[in-house]
Amino acid sequence: MDGLSQFLAMGGYAAYVWSAYGAALMVMAVLLVATLRSLKRREGELVLLQGRTGRRGTQARPQAEVSGGAAG
Amino acid sequence: MNAYWINKFRFASPATFYPLAGRMLPWFALLAVLFAAAGLWVGLFVAPTDAQQGEGYRIIFVHVPASWMSMFIYCVMAFWAAFGLAFNIRLSAMMASALAPTGAMFAFLSLLTGALWGKPMWGAWWVWDARLTSVLILFFLYLGLIALARAFDDPERGDRAAAILALVGFVNVPVIKFSVDWWNTLHQPASISRIGAPAIDPAMLAPLLVMAAAFLAYFVTVLLLRLRAEIAAAKVRQLRLLAPLPGG
Amino acid sequence: MSAVLVTLRRDLLLAARRRSEVLTALFFFVVVVSLFPLGIGPEPAQLRRIGPGVLWVAALLATLLGLPRLFAADHADGTLEQMALSSQPFALLMAGKVAAHWLLCGLPLVLLAPVLGLQFGLDADALGILMISLLLGTPLLSLIGAIGAALTLGVRGGGVLLSLLVLPLFIPALVFGAGAVEAHSAGLGVRGHLSVLGAMLAIAMFFAPWATTAALRIAME
Repeated sequence: MDGLSQFLAMGGYAAYVWSAYGAALMVMAVLLVATLRSLKRREGELVLLQGRTGRRGTQARPQAEVSGGAAG
Repeated sequence: MNAYWINKFRFASPATFYPLAGRMLPWFALLAVLFAAAGLWVGLFVAPTDAQQGEGYRIIFVHVPASWMSMFIYCVMAFWAAFGLAFNIRLSAMMASALAPTGAMFAFLSLLTGALWGKPMWGAWWVWDARLTSVLILFFLYLGLIALARAFDDPERGDRAAAILALVGFVNVPVIKFSVDWWNTLHQPASISRIGAPAIDPAMLAPLLVMAAAFLAYFVTVLLLRLRAEIAAAKVRQLRLLAPLPGG
Repeated sequence: MSAVLVTLRRDLLLAARRRSEVLTALFFFVVVVSLFPLGIGPEPAQLRRIGPGVLWVAALLATLLGLPRLFAADHADGTLEQMALSSQPFALLMAGKVAAHWLLCGLPLVLLAPVLGLQFGLDADALGILMISLLLGTPLLSLIGAIGAALTLGVRGGGVLLSLLVLPLFIPALVFGAGAVEAHSAGLGVRGHLSVLGAMLAIAMFFAPWATTAALRIAME
């Protein structure tokens, strides 16, 4: 246990070191969660719309996607 | 010739990329976790104590990779912006708006951890050293990109405007780095000699690189997620145009 | 070349009819510069040290003021589209507008700065270098600012967004411009600073019109 408390104390710099790692973890987690939620929402909308229109989106002109659309 | 290029750019088609991104996602997520675990293990337990800075130096295992990522992401963004604008490839043009928030996050993290490192080591929460100042300016550039892309009602126009801004900023980034270095040497505060690892011990370099790899894998994971979201959003807009709902 | 002169003349004529707008930016410059001694204290040695930086920052901010107007009026009445469709190279026509912006917003700052520099106790040599640095720097600011103005044309929250976009891009000009004067005060050579400033101006004259017209085309969709 002495080893653990020594580890956590980080030679006296505990506040700074753990804040830094904690902030990193938190910030990266927030970005990840926000991204996942946005993805879920968009995919949900997509499923909804595809259900309503009764087809899996446009079947025509697959090549148009490649050039990004002329008007793009 | 045309057929060759169309085949090359097959993956640039959002419709093709979407499932591809989905397949790559779990792998990069796994890599991120593995590298992070390894990096944290070596960085926090195995790496030796620094002679001058004691245990406090271990912040660099987060701070330095974050700085690297903030700069790396800007380069990636600028590259894809140029590509997307030149060849009118929708997926590339999405890159600026997809990447900017992640880049901003890493820049912010770099600044925050830099402050947490600086306070115990050099007695000040903020010092105007060349690297921190460059990252600060980079952070401002990212904020501008995010704000610009969001200001347009039409996301496609917003993406392209952001792409142009990314390129303009990219031309500026080496200039900014150069001018900040110059400014820093001109105004060298007496109390701070040089903030930055002098000669770094290989035992400390290893966890640094592993953490950098972890951040990189994390970045790719988030990027794939964001691109999928953007593709889905574009598809939603397209469907809404084709099949207007009653009353909407 | 004549394409540049066409829009240059036109913008100058239009501005002549709305003189107050131009003068407002100049007064802004004067007022902002005066704020610093009021806020920091009139101690001469301190003022001499901060003088170049203050004047340069004020020049950045004053340049920002004129930028939203650069394309807005022409965009609103359709003239911009006419220019884009005309046989004259769009980039050159826009270069004329940027040149007009500099003549109206930048050059007056160059001329006014030495006078204000006296408020900060800068000596004649320093004032001269300040003028040269601003002479090289203000066109650079106009060129970069035009890109920002084009990107934010017609966009919600345009003016503030423009500042957020453009100010970080102004930083190199600020560092080398103000740095030139400070290098002189420190007894070091100013050639290095001024040549970098000149190089940046040359690069901007090459790149900025491209970026500006690309951004304008997006705005006009």
